[in-house]
Amino acid sequence: MVGSAPNTDVRLDRVTKRFGDFTAVDDLSLEIRQGEFFSLLGPSGCGKTTTLRMIGGFEQVTAGSVFIGEREVTGLPAFRRDANTVFQSYALFPHLDVFENVAFGLRRRKVSTDDIRQQVEGMLKLVELPDYGRRKPSQLSGGQQQRIALARALVNHPRVLLLDEPLGALDLKLRKQMQVELKRIQGEIGITFIFVTHDQDEAMTMSDRIAVMRNGRIEQLGTPEQLYETPRTEFVAGFLGVSNLLDAEVAVRGERFIEAHLSDGTRLRAPADGLDGTRLVRIGVRPEKLRVLPVTDAAEPHDSDSNLLEGTVLDASYIGVSTQYLVETADGTRLTVYAQNLETSGANEGLADGQRVRLAWKPQHTFVIARNTGDEGDDQAKEDETKDHA
Amino acid sequence: MGWLRRHRSIIPYLFLLPGGLWLIVFFVLPLLTTLSVSLQEGSLGSGYRLTFNFAIFPESIMRWNEQFVRSLQYGLIVTILTMLIGYPMAYTIAFRGGRYKSALLLLVIMPFFTSFIIRTISWKFILADEGFVLGTLKDWGVLDPSFRLLATPMAVISGITYNFLPFVVLPLYVALERIDPKLIEAANDLYATRRQAFLKVTLPLSMPGVFAASLLSFIPAVGDYLNAELLGSRQTTMIGNVIQRLFLVNNDYPQASALSLVLMVGILVSIFIYMRVLRGQELGT
Ligand SMILES: Nc1ncnc2c1ncn2[C@@H]1O[C@H](COP(=O)(O)OP(=O)(O)O)[C@@H](O)[C@H]1O
Ligand SMILES: [Mg+2]
Repeated sequence: MVGSAPNTDVRLDRVTKRFGDFTAVDDLSLEIRQGEFFSLLGPSGCGKTTTLRMIGGFEQVTAGSVFIGEREVTGLPAFRRDANTVFQSYALFPHLDVFENVAFGLRRRKVSTDDIRQQVEGMLKLVELPDYGRRKPSQLSGGQQQRIALARALVNHPRVLLLDEPLGALDLKLRKQMQVELKRIQGEIGITFIFVTHDQDEAMTMSDRIAVMRNGRIEQLGTPEQLYETPRTEFVAGFLGVSNLLDAEVAVRGERFIEAHLSDGTRLRAPADGLDGTRLVRIGVRPEKLRVLPVTDAAEPHDSDSNLLEGTVLDASYIGVSTQYLVETADGTRLTVYAQNLETSGANEGLADGQRVRLAWKPQHTFVIARNTGDEGDDQAKEDETKDHA
Repeated sequence: MGWLRRHRSIIPYLFLLPGGLWLIVFFVLPLLTTLSVSLQEGSLGSGYRLTFNFAIFPESIMRWNEQFVRSLQYGLIVTILTMLIGYPMAYTIAFRGGRYKSALLLLVIMPFFTSFIIRTISWKFILADEGFVLGTLKDWGVLDPSFRLLATPMAVISGITYNFLPFVVLPLYVALERIDPKLIEAANDLYATRRQAFLKVTLPLSMPGVFAASLLSFIPAVGDYLNAELLGSRQTTMIGNVIQRLFLVNNDYPQASALSLVLMVGILVSIFIYMRVLRGQELGT
């Protein structure tokens, strides 16, 4: 087995975990860089927690190997791994006060009393609860418990910090606040964070890189921007934000762009990279990339490069920062458009239901997904559609 | 009904009424009767008169000092033994029982399906000098022919331990079952070995169960007489046996009542000291 590259903090090498007949994590490989904020994102039950628990040592792998730093830790128990965990339910020790909770790891490692006092107090300051040492966990609010759980893990200066949906129990406002807080703390101490979440917004705002998981495998790995701009599968396209997908067939393969035809003959261009020889594809575009133009407008305001698609407005709803249109194309596909309300009396004002319009967008804002018939009936994907994209 | 609606705050007390009446009739009244009887003098033939004979208490303590001390000793030993046997049982059921938890708990309370007396009598057969166990071991030459268990303190203590074990396992199980396994994982995460995780997390968190369980074995064990009666000898007489004999054989009701009260107060004082010690320890951690 080859050792990890020196700037890799965690490496999973073809890791599989089975519970009886059920495969929770399936032949998964992953490298997480030093100091990175890395997220495992996916719907409930896709194996995020199991993956995290195998790194922490709470679950042993069925096959494959786990490395933390240069050291292989496969088979080692949790207390012998250089990783600490922030549990979803916080798991603070109810019989110990805040100080002793934070000091727990240091005491096990026989740190001197003076050092313990100093480090615990420093850590309580970092999480902005300096005078809470003598309180019991039950006397703290959810957000405060969350901070103490973080302090309790970080005080040990582990190589990696594992966080399993740590903000899941907080209300929305506190959640946003803690997201910022977590990023600040990570920046200050520079420890690698591996963050599990099923919330795409949370993963997008916080992470350097995200692994989107599905059925125990990594569906796509990349920066938030890569995942959003060029999703490689329909699942990723649907899981991260809203996307419009159009069934098409590749007609011309250029060096930088391909040309694909819709069933009504409309020609659309999209970047060629990342696409193999597949002929049946889906052309995707995000709602905010689309511009709505009146079909009567003879003078083309766009460079001729733009993809153009005709349709009928089914619904227009004004939602303050933008107006949201639902447009139906010739083949019955419905597209969502977010048009920014740039002027108080918008340029698109007067677009009524039933009006014919033309949608325009740039080819480089387009992504292409191989049309995979096997995916169509997948329950998992359907389940994820229910996610709140508001 | 209208009256009730106007005096809503009275409703909780109405709920307490049945229990309260029950306790008054079957606990407070007998207790007062016992107190009054203990302060009377006389005999079954000539009748009893209340003479406020408080001297009976110190006298009783002096006279049956040996049995008092023995009862407290046995109670203490039994409590320690039930805890040593019951804690691992409860721990295993709570953390390793999986889907067999209910079945295992059922096994623990199974002995209650048979009468206390019958079970203790069967112990008499099991422990008999020439019974199945000792007889066989003696035949094999493993034990000396003069070895005996029956009528020794060991027999009495084993009997009580056996009889009160379920009272210890159940509260311990409840306390252990309530501990979130994530807490033990968190301890492991923070470099605690399994042993340290047990000592620093599981054990302290199960202390309420340990407290309840130890009271539930200590109190009935100290007052028990049946095991000493059936499995013991004159040398293992407990205070319960004395009280039983005074009441039912000698018909010396004042003496018997006085002894009962002394026993009650003795147990209360022990519990009080025990609580203070436990509380102090909790503050120490
Ligand atoms: N100890 C276990 N025994 C059996 N199945 C498990 C166990 N832990 C997890 N699973 C199953 O593995 C799958 C993945 O679980 P998990 O990693 O917790 O998902 P996630 O964290 O992504 O929601 C789930 O279907 C879950 O039911
Ligand atoms: Mg999970």
